[in-house]
Amino acid sequence: MHYTIEVTGLTFSYPDGHRALNGVDLRIAPGEKVALVGPNGAGKSTLMLHLNGILNGGAGEVRVCGLPVKAENLGRVRAAVGLVFQDPDDQLFSATVYEDVAFGPLHMGLPEAEVRRRVEAALAAVGMSAYAARVPHHLSVGEKKRIAIATVLSMDPEILVLDEPSAGLDPRARRGLIRLLCELPQTMLVASHDLRLVAEVFPRTVIMDQGRIVADGPTPVLLTDVALLNAHGLEPV
Amino acid sequence: MLHFDLADHYQRGSSRIHRLDPRIKVIGAFLFILVATLLPFGAWPSYALLFVATLFIAQLSGLGAGYALKRSFIVLPFALAAITLPLTVPGETLAQWGALTVSVEGTVRFVSILVKSWVSVQIAILLAVTTAFPDLLWALRELRVPRPLVGIVAFMYRYLFVLADESLRLRRAREARSAAGTGRAGGSLLWRGKVAGGMVGNLAVRAFERSERIYNAMLARGFRGELLTLTPPAMTDSDRTMLVGWVTFLAMATLIGFVFAR
Repeated sequence: MHYTIEVTGLTFSYPDGHRALNGVDLRIAPGEKVALVGPNGAGKSTLMLHLNGILNGGAGEVRVCGLPVKAENLGRVRAAVGLVFQDPDDQLFSATVYEDVAFGPLHMGLPEAEVRRRVEAALAAVGMSAYAARVPHHLSVGEKKRIAIATVLSMDPEILVLDEPSAGLDPRARRGLIRLLCELPQTMLVASHDLRLVAEVFPRTVIMDQGRIVADGPTPVLLTDVALLNAHGLEPV
Repeated sequence: MLHFDLADHYQRGSSRIHRLDPRIKVIGAFLFILVATLLPFGAWPSYALLFVATLFIAQLSGLGAGYALKRSFIVLPFALAAITLPLTVPGETLAQWGALTVSVEGTVRFVSILVKSWVSVQIAILLAVTTAFPDLLWALRELRVPRPLVGIVAFMYRYLFVLADESLRLRRAREARSAAGTGRAGGSLLWRGKVAGGMVGNLAVRAFERSERIYNAMLARGFRGELLTLTPPAMTDSDRTMLVGWVTFLAMATLIGFVFAR
């Protein structure tokens, strides 16, 4: 069976000695939408940074679309995994929205006509076509989050990996984001503290704590297991 | 929400000047400043021509003739660096107070420097207010300004505001806790210095951490050490015509300056 994401026995320690991942095994099939929940410091972001090779050097193996994440595959791996960071001000670093959405496809070495086609398609997919010429500084958090997603959609990834997409959003912007996540056809791995969002969008949930995966199963089952949630610092919805 | 709008002076518009290719505007402003700098001292007719040109462009850009004029007075304090010239340059005596002699030559030089820097600043202001910053960036890139340099300016422009927002939040947090009790409020100078120093350090650490996250975000989208950009729109014939007209005018002003120089 071909998995989009295949993580086996992954461990990782930061240079200061802090062990962030402690034997993680995770498999995500094509088309699956998976939520990643757990307290702060559980290793969610560290795991995500491994999925396109920004962090490496620990034990274990990560495969993306069948490719081992190694130096010689990094280009293809990064095209397959669209990683969206938590703070959209980190994600949107270009002078205009258009340039930012074009950054990924340009650096994949695509011809310019194709880059422009993808930028327009990605902005249309998140409903932000009218914002192409805008300066990121002058956008609201909700608008920035949508555009941050467009910046990786333009790379046409197989899987979207989002870190805290609903953090800092007002209810309306959050509602819009939920609708967007439901509409997008990509495989997804989304870290979130927003368990209502998890319940609404993701059929499968993975709970992490202290660098390990402590539970992995259907969202309705896990999110009603009060003992499990309490044991890992999560609150039942 | 706290928001900082420092230094973004661009005025939205659709005038002939706004629509002009940013490359032409950058070259035009550069040539103008070059001419203003190289004109001989006391070339008053040329100075007048340059001044009229700035008024004309301000008018054409729909901002009104006074727009850049008003904002250009910030240059005056800097021109004071030349204030000693009337006293130190030898020549015909214009006035005398005790041991101080004001010479005619020195005064001409001083006033010339003042006028030159004043018109140059006006044209720079006009460039900045009629050209959106991202356009200015690609114009510089196209004009072969080294890419790392343009990259640094671009990132600075993008994150200056983010950092300024952060510092505003820090300041507000400090102010929110700066209540006055029954004792002497405000603390000692040393203590306040420590607080301010701590805030600056905090900001520097945040900036450093952010730079790492940004770099990660760039790597995640395939960055491999070289910033690539899309090809900008082509120059039109009317853009080129404007440039030719501008260069002709500047050449004329230069010629007049050297022929009628004192």
